[in-house]
Amino acid sequence: MKFLFQEMAQGLRRNLSMVVSVVLVTFISLTFVGTASLLQLQIGQMKNYWYDRAQVAVYMCTDVSPSDVCAQGEATEEQKQAVREKLNSPTLATYIDKHYFEDHEQAFGTFQEQFKDNAVAKYVTADQLNETFWINLKDASQSQIITESFSGVSGVEEVRDQRSYLDQIFSILNAASIAAIGVAALMLVSAALLIATTIRLSAFSRRRELGIMRLVGASNFYIQAPFILEGIVAATIGSILAGGAVLSIVQFFVQGYLAERLPFTSFVGLADGLLVVPLLIGAGILLAALASGLAIRRYLRI
Amino acid sequence: MIRIENVTKQYRGTARPALNNVSLEVEKGDFVFLVGASGSGKSSLMRLMLREDVPTSGSVHVLGENLVGIPSRRVPFFRRKLGVVFQDFRLLPNKTVAQNVAFSLEVIGKSKGFIQEAVPDVLRLVGLDGKADRLPTELSGGEQQRVALARAIVNKPALLLADEPTGNLDPNTSQEIMALIERINLAGTTVIMATHDRGIVDRLKKRVVELKSGEIVRDEIGGTY
Repeated sequence: MKFLFQEMAQGLRRNLSMVVSVVLVTFISLTFVGTASLLQLQIGQMKNYWYDRAQVAVYMCTDVSPSDVCAQGEATEEQKQAVREKLNSPTLATYIDKHYFEDHEQAFGTFQEQFKDNAVAKYVTADQLNETFWINLKDASQSQIITESFSGVSGVEEVRDQRSYLDQIFSILNAASIAAIGVAALMLVSAALLIATTIRLSAFSRRRELGIMRLVGASNFYIQAPFILEGIVAATIGSILAGGAVLSIVQFFVQGYLAERLPFTSFVGLADGLLVVPLLIGAGILLAALASGLAIRRYLRI
Repeated sequence: MIRIENVTKQYRGTARPALNNVSLEVEKGDFVFLVGASGSGKSSLMRLMLREDVPTSGSVHVLGENLVGIPSRRVPFFRRKLGVVFQDFRLLPNKTVAQNVAFSLEVIGKSKGFIQEAVPDVLRLVGLDGKADRLPTELSGGEQQRVALARAIVNKPALLLADEPTGNLDPNTSQEIMALIERINLAGTTVIMATHDRGIVDRLKKRVVELKSGEIVRDEIGGTY
C-alpha cells in the first residue's frame, strides 16, 4: 500500500503542470454543473412560490381599447355587474379562492407606484388603465376555466393568467441552466481527455520502470493503481474546489447579495448547496476513474 | 521444465516467419546456449518463453504453465517464477543498487522484513558487498550486470532467461559474469542463454541449440559455437 502511494505521489510531482490543468478543468466544469443544478433548484422553488400567488386578471374594456374586441368603448356598469355575478355563480365559485375589483383610480395608483421612476408614469391617465377583476384560484393550474368563461363576453377586453408572464421568466432561467449544463458537459469531456493524456504522458515517462515491473511480475493492479489514483486525486481536488465555489456562490452571492436586494423571493440556501456538493465530488471521482481506466486499457497493455 | 512444440511465429506484414515449426525441450537444471546470427529467431524464442508474445501456431509450456492459453491476469504470477537478464541491464537509474533489487520484491508485494534480509544476501552472492548504496551510473558494466543478475535471482527462480548478458561487456568481465551464471545453474536453476560469444560457448561445453532463419539446425550436448 505504501508503495502504491509513493508511486502515485511521484507521478503527481512529475506531471505537475498536467495535474494542475486537470484540477482546474474539473474545478471549472463541476462548478458549472453545480451552478446549473442550483439554478434548477431555484426555479423549482420560485415556481412553488409564485404560482401560488399568481392571479388571473379579467381586464374590462376602456375607451382606448382596440375596437375589434371593445366595439362600444368603455365597459358599462351592466357589463361589469354581469361579470361579477358570473364570478359569484356556483359553477365558478367552487374554483375561486377570492376575487376583487380594481377600478380606474386604484389601477392608476398601483401604476404610479410601480413606475414611479419611469417617464411613462407622467403620460398615463387613469381612464387609459383597465378596470380589472383580480381572481385568486384555489388551484392556480385551473386558470383555463376562467379564460374560457370570460373570453368573448361583452365588455371584457382580455383574460390574462399571470402565470404566462412567470413562464417566460422561468423559460429564460431554464435556458440559462441548460446552457450552463451544455458548457459543463463540453468541459467534462475535455477534463476526461486531459486525464487520459496525463496518464499517457505519465506512463511514457515511466516506461522504464513499467517495463521492469512487468518483467519481475508485478500484477496489473500494482502497475495500474498508481495511475488511476493519480487521476482520481487530481479530479477530487478539482471537485472539492468546485464544491467550495458552489457553496461560496450560495453564501456570498445568493444569500449575501441577491436575498438582501430581493427580500420577497425565497432563494436556495446553504442546505441546498450542501446537497449538491457530494454529487459534484462523486461525479468528479467517477469521471476520473472512468477516464483513467480507459486510458490505461489503451496505453498500458500488460 | 520447458516444452515448445511445432511453434511458428509470423509477425504481421512479413513474408518469412521469425520461427518456423520449432520444437525444443529443456529439462530441469539444464544449461542451454541459444546461438545463431542476428535475425535467426533467438529473441523471438526468448519472448515466447517470457510470454511477451504468443506463437502464431504451436504450443509453449514453461514451468508447468501453458503460455498460449494463460489468461493475461495470470501472466505476472508466471513471470515471478523466472528471472530475466538482458544485454542492456535494465536498471532504474535513480535508484541505488539495493533499491533496484528491492524494487522487484516490492512490486510483487513481499514484506519489508523479507526484503531487508534477502537483498544483502543476494548482493553478497553476486559479489556486490559494500556497493548497496551506489547508483547504477557509478558502477562498471560488469557490476551493473551483477545487479541485474541479483535482481533476477533474488526470488529464487527455477528458470533464468539471459538474452546476451555479456553482449556489452569486455572478455574478462564476461568471464566473471559467466562464472556467476554457472554458479546459479549449479544451485539448480535452469539457464537459457542467447549469445553471440563464441569463446564462452566453446569453453563451457554445454548444450547448444543453433537457430538459422527461424529453424533449429543443431541441438548438440557438449557442443561448440
